[in-house]
Amino acid sequence: MLGELGQLALCFALGLSLVMTVAGLLGARADAPNSELARSIASASTMGMMVFVVLSFGVLLTAFVTSDFSIAVVANNSHTLKPMIYKITGVWGNHEGSMLLWVLVLSLYAGAVAAMGRGGPRLTSAALGVQGLLAVAFILFILFTSNPFLRLDPAPFEGAGLNPLLQDPGLAVHPPMLYAGYVGLSASFSYAAAALIVGEAGWARAARPFMLIAWIALTCGIALGSWWAYYELGWGGFWFWDPVENASLMPWLIATALLHSALATERSGAFRTWTLLLAIGGFSLSLIGTFLVRSGVLSSVHAFASDPTRGFFIMVLIFVAIGGALGLFAWRAPTLQGGASFESVSRESALLLNNVFLVGACAAVFVGTLYPLALDAMTGQKISVGPPYYALTFAPIFFALLLLVPFGPQLGWRRGDHKAAFRALLPALGLAGVAAVAVLAIASPRTLTGILAFAVAGWLIGASILDFFKRKGARASAFAAALAHAGLGVTLMGVAGTTLWRSEALDVMGPGETMTVGPYTLRFDGVEQVRGPNFQATQAQLALMDGSRVVTVLRPEKRIYPAEGQEVADTAIRTTVVRDLYLALGDDRGNGRWTVRAYVSPLAPFIWLGALVMAAGGFLSLWGRLRLKLAAPSPATQPAE
Amino acid sequence: MSRILLFLLLLTASAPAVAAPVADTFADRATETRARALQRQLRCLVCQGESIDESGATLAADLRHLVRQQIADGQSDQQIKDYLVARYGVFILMQPPLQPDTYLLWIAPFVVLIGAGGIAFWAIRRARPAGPEPL
Repeated sequence: MLGELGQLALCFALGLSLVMTVAGLLGARADAPNSELARSIASASTMGMMVFVVLSFGVLLTAFVTSDFSIAVVANNSHTLKPMIYKITGVWGNHEGSMLLWVLVLSLYAGAVAAMGRGGPRLTSAALGVQGLLAVAFILFILFTSNPFLRLDPAPFEGAGLNPLLQDPGLAVHPPMLYAGYVGLSASFSYAAAALIVGEAGWARAARPFMLIAWIALTCGIALGSWWAYYELGWGGFWFWDPVENASLMPWLIATALLHSALATERSGAFRTWTLLLAIGGFSLSLIGTFLVRSGVLSSVHAFASDPTRGFFIMVLIFVAIGGALGLFAWRAPTLQGGASFESVSRESALLLNNVFLVGACAAVFVGTLYPLALDAMTGQKISVGPPYYALTFAPIFFALLLLVPFGPQLGWRRGDHKAAFRALLPALGLAGVAAVAVLAIASPRTLTGILAFAVAGWLIGASILDFFKRKGARASAFAAALAHAGLGVTLMGVAGTTLWRSEALDVMGPGETMTVGPYTLRFDGVEQVRGPNFQATQAQLALMDGSRVVTVLRPEKRIYPAEGQEVADTAIRTTVVRDLYLALGDDRGNGRWTVRAYVSPLAPFIWLGALVMAAGGFLSLWGRLRLKLAAPSPATQPAE
Repeated sequence: MSRILLFLLLLTASAPAVAAPVADTFADRATETRARALQRQLRCLVCQGESIDESGATLAADLRHLVRQQIADGQSDQQIKDYLVARYGVFILMQPPLQPDTYLLWIAPFVVLIGAGGIAFWAIRRARPAGPEPL
């Protein structure tokens, strides 16, 4: 009964999204007799659609929480013994549920667009129309290829469980976070399309909060995924250039470019068409990412089930969405008048340069991800595009971008003074020098990459500190850029520290034996069996020694999940923020001897700390925006950023 | 695939100690560093994008052993790679080789970068110079 209710709610949502589309687009007309009415209908149907999608999602959630195994998705992905949190996260730990989550996020963004009504009634109405069209497409996709409410008859007594790799607190929030980012770009997309339909220029300001939310969510979602890979997969890596990771990195790069370019568009109307193109491109990459992850083209922990009809459906959807948007762009963009006035040395030029490098970096990820698939499909030749490719393409492009970042905030709008900017940045150059010397003094081995990376990190952080003091006393949101740019420097240090100076040891140890890794000495005190709620673990005890004194005991585990029949390693990490000691338990060698893998990763936590700092920068900017709107809704107010 | 299986069979038949990666370390530090670096450039054929250096798969352990065997036999990195490519194809290389069907892969990012740079240059040139600073 409950399952049918969920499906019915989704059908109602489909009907309302159709109303949204038609009413939204009719309401976009300037002074047709009934456009006022159409706008009200678009708004109301958006709210209704949102309510029904929330209801439908709530039904699926209830089914998971109560372990209703008469619903196929629940039976295939849940288990009565699973802890409650993983019963809940099991909702999106499968293809059908994750697509429903996608639509849920889409409907929440649509609701926010309708409620806030930014950019005036016509722009809002057109944006709702486009958002409605996306909802129609995705709800149809769910109903026809991925219905989460299909029944099993007879219902099994017990569920099949959830992939143990996914039973993890970090991964519980990773998918909703990432979706908030992916789908958040749909709001910018809809606003961009709306701007083309209506021919209105104010869209960049209207869409700004949505761009920021999407960007913050993407930043956090990617960081969470990388953190999860670090502590869960058991060999201390944090980024693998896996196509699925790349699928989330590409929208992030373009969303970052969009945030910067839209600043200029908003302020002086510069790069009007370019910003529109980025908004379309960002969401297009989200769609392509969904296709890559969901279609089964790539097999990974993310591809829950491969089904060619789904892949085909999403592919058609991508072609229609991207093709439609680009067609609209080609048709309408020339009618928008652009051309702001600025000197070649100015904030505008700096923002444009930022975009050049971000687009180049994104191209490297795009080609590296899709080329092997295309080559295999066309010629049957299989190639691997691994980290060395990105080290030679993505890395230099992104590195060049980082070198230039500090100049942007130092240059004035319309007309900048590069000599003055450089003079102002001299102290940051000093900090870069200090960082380089510190690496020379402390690090072993001394690599040129390490020296360069730390010099650039010092340069970024130094410039952010200077920027901070320059704006002292300004509103909090004025420090957003400084914070975000400093976060880049922090992450860079973490990446360099972990990749260049990680020490590791792999030993077979019996009780009482010791191993050393980096500065640490560990004593193996044997293993014991531990029982978890839905797993059985072999837990090793490794005492971290200081002479003969035991500092602490680390307990890496190997877990067996009987319901799923899978074995998963659970690492033990002791962090001092500047250094991680990382242990993973390997194989049983008999006679109480076990393989233990140990890593010391200098600065590893900085990778995710930096991402948090970047996200905090995004939050400051968002907070400033929303407060600004409450304080002074007049569009004449210029936010300082 | 059958070639890989046959190869695995031969390996396991002739070398029972292959499964112990610990025994598989060079005492000489420079050689060990070289072996590790080489292992990172080779893809584990049965895993998802992991190199043989980090993979826990049996095939990866066997390939590590093979690499170390060849290093001990005095083969150069290039010779070892050539040998593996002859056996398993270029798929085993983490870094795709530069050959006619990968030219596009290698130059595309820079073409896009230069193209975008060109557009930016054009946009900056086209922009009307700023007049006196408005107050």
